[in-house]
This record gives sequence, structure tokens and C-alpha cells, in this order.
Amino acid sequence: MSERLTRPTSLWEYANPRRFMALSGFLLPWVAIGTAATLLIGLVWGFFFTPDDYRQGSTVKIIYVHVPSAMIAINCWLMMLITSLVWLIRRHHVSALAAKAAAPIGATMTVIALLTGAIWGQPMWGTWWAWDPRLTSFLILFLFYLGYMALWAAVENPDTAAELTSVLCIVGSVFAVLSRYALVFWNQGLHQGASLSLDKEENVSDVFYWPLLLCIAGFVGFFILLILIRTRTEVRARRLQALIARERMA
Amino acid sequence: MIALLKRDLALAVRAGGGFGLALAFFLIVVTLTPFAVGPNSATLSVIAAGILWLGALLSCLLSLDRILALDFEDGSLELLATAPIPLEGVAATKAVAHWLTTGLPLTLVAPALGVLLNLPEGGYLWLTLSLAIGTPALSVIGTFGAALTVGLKRGGLLLSLIVLPLYVPTLIFGAEVARRGAEGMSLDTPLAILAGITLATIALLPFASAAAIRINLR
Repeated sequence: MSERLTRPTSLWEYANPRRFMALSGFLLPWVAIGTAATLLIGLVWGFFFTPDDYRQGSTVKIIYVHVPSAMIAINCWLMMLITSLVWLIRRHHVSALAAKAAAPIGATMTVIALLTGAIWGQPMWGTWWAWDPRLTSFLILFLFYLGYMALWAAVENPDTAAELTSVLCIVGSVFAVLSRYALVFWNQGLHQGASLSLDKEENVSDVFYWPLLLCIAGFVGFFILLILIRTRTEVRARRLQALIARERMA
Repeated sequence: MIALLKRDLALAVRAGGGFGLALAFFLIVVTLTPFAVGPNSATLSVIAAGILWLGALLSCLLSLDRILALDFEDGSLELLATAPIPLEGVAATKAVAHWLTTGLPLTLVAPALGVLLNLPEGGYLWLTLSLAIGTPALSVIGTFGAALTVGLKRGGLLLSLIVLPLYVPTLIFGAEVARRGAEGMSLDTPLAILAGITLATIALLPFASAAAIRINLR
């Protein structure tokens, strides 16, 4: 790190691992503070200073965890798709490592969304689980995450693993979208879907709106924080491997 | 490509194991179903179309790792990669060979197994048709999964984990056609979408499969 870094002229220069480490190291504490503040305010406001819904009672408050985690779960896959494309097109290692780092976070968020949904659904719908298109597509999204992570874990050569998982991510994205619409079609024939998949955000009242927005911002910050930490770990692990390989050669 | 197809078919038929195995597995799944849900013929006729589709799908899954693994082990896949025909063509041919030795026989025996499950009268035609249209997609998607995992030592289980989520749309629309056919409902839309999925996967996925094979051979 003795060499001085010149001022970057393009966004792509952050693809240089050393530059990425410098920038992410600088950003990390600020993102952490921002995330902690937004999450704390949003959750405390949401849990303790908003009224109970007149029909749902206090269970409505699970929305502050459920909606943000579900949003992250979907957008995490989108981020993996973009970083996979960047890796395939421009060959930036940091990009591939970011995709690898993101997958477990996305899978965890999917589980959180499913669990909080089940906890809410039990008193409200009278069931932990229904084969509603929205629920089912999240379950399938979780399976996609599992397959993606398993492929990363199974391939030994890191570059081969990065390429194979990128191809899987791109093909998987197409099939994930296809499955989403297939499920909407599939459930129409069985039983009513609309009453279950109530679009919560459209009819949420102003009292819930602002704390929800804060919670979403907090979750996005949390996601970025985790991505930065995990990608930094991956970069360091890769450096360590290179050092070990060099030791062995010498 | 024709020569490669002939070679793959001959290998599949003569080498033993692969060819009849899927059919036997299909028969076993169908035989075991009544043990699990009870012999009540009314129940069976309701789930017959779905069970037959699921059974065909699982039987198809069973032989996927054979599509490329044997050629990878003895080095013929590398020869094919340097051969004058494009690797995309090789991937497509492999999928066709897999369909001819798995999907097609499964489609042909499905009506016979439908009798065992008390499939309603009107369902036979649509079950056969939906399998005939849908199983090519299963083979093409399976070839992609096989291409991803071909370099791995124990790729079989991973292959299932990767391929099964990709099978979801095909299964939904295929089983929907068979179910609606059995109940005598209108089935134009799912049939058209099923055909669309098959045609789109045949047109596009060989490119992804070839890309994955190239990565694994490098």
C-alpha cells in the first residue's frame, strides 16, 4: 500500500482490488453508522410508536421486517445478475467475488421473508403456509440460491467456479422470471389468489409509511454493509491463496 | 451431427443401464404411488396426470449425468470440442440423443401407466401430447445442467439441485395441460405456453450449454 493511488477517472477503476479495498475500507464505518441509525430509528418507531391496525392488531408490525427483507431477497439476485454480467464481459475479479458474497445474504433474506410471512400468516390467514404464487415463488427463489451456492462450493478452481456460476445466474434469472409468471397462471386454476396476495404497500396508510420507508433504507444499508464486508473477506482470502501458492513455488 | 447422434444412440442402447433404467424407474414411481396415497380409484384418477408428469420428470433427471460425463471421462468431449462442428451443435445433438432414449420412450409408456393410475378417459391423448411437447425441454435444460457439472467428481446430487428449479415452469404447464385434458377443460393457453417454453429452450439453451462445456474443458 506504499504506492500512492491517483485520483480515479472512471467508475471501472474501482474494479482494481486494491482500489476497491481502499474505498470500501473508507466507506465501511460510515455505512455501518448510517445503517445502525436508520434501522434503530425505523424499527423503534415502527414497533413502538405506530398504532395497531384495527383488523390485524399488532401483527401488522411484522411488515417492518417482512417487506424490506423480501425486497432485498429479490434485488440481491438482480445484483448477482449484474455482477455476473460484469465479470463475464469485463473480467473484473471483484465483481465475481461480490456475486459470491451476495448469495448467502440473499438466501438468508429469503428465509427471513418466508418465516416472518408465516408468523404473520398464522393468525391472519389461519395457516402457516399456502401455495399462493407469491409464497411459492419465494420458495423457488430460495432453491435457486441454494443451487447457486452449491455450485460455488463444488467447483475447486475459483475462476472456473466464477464463470460457471455466472452462466447459471444468467440462465437462472430467465427461469426465475418465467417461474414467477407460471405460478400466477398455475394458481388461478386452483383457488382464489387475490385475497391472499393482497398488495400490502398500496394500501398502507401514512402512519405506517414513513417508518416502513426508514426500515427499507436501513435494510438496504445493512445489505450494502454485509456485501462490502463479505467481498473484502473474499478478496483477502484470494490474496491469502496467492501468497500460499507463492510460498509453495519458492 | 447425424454421425454423433447415431453414435450416442448406439452407445445408449448397447452400453446398457442407461436406456431401460429411466423406464423402469418411471414404472416403479407409478407403482409406489398407490401404496403411498391408498388404492382408492377416485383419488388416484384426480392425481394421475400430475403423478405421471412428476414421474416422467424424475426419470428424466436420473440419466442426465450420463449425457456428458462418460464423454468427459474418456476424452471424447475434448475431441468433439475441437471437431469442425460447433460446440453448440454438439450440445443440441446430445440433448436430442437424450430425448430419443429417455423422453420419447417415457412419453410412449405413459398412457399404459395411466391405466394403472385410473387416468380419466379423455386424459390419454392430452397426457401423451403434453409429454411429447414438454419432455424435449426437460432434455435440453438437463443438458445445460450436465454441462455445468461435468467437471465435478460427485456432480449427480448437485445436478439435481441445479436442474430441478429450472424444471418448474415446464412442469407447471405440462401437468396443467394433462390435468385440464383429464378434466375436459379448455387447454389452449397452457399448451401454447408449453410449446413456447420447449421451442425457446431448444433455440437458446444449447448456447449456454456450449459456454459451460467450454469453461469446463479449459
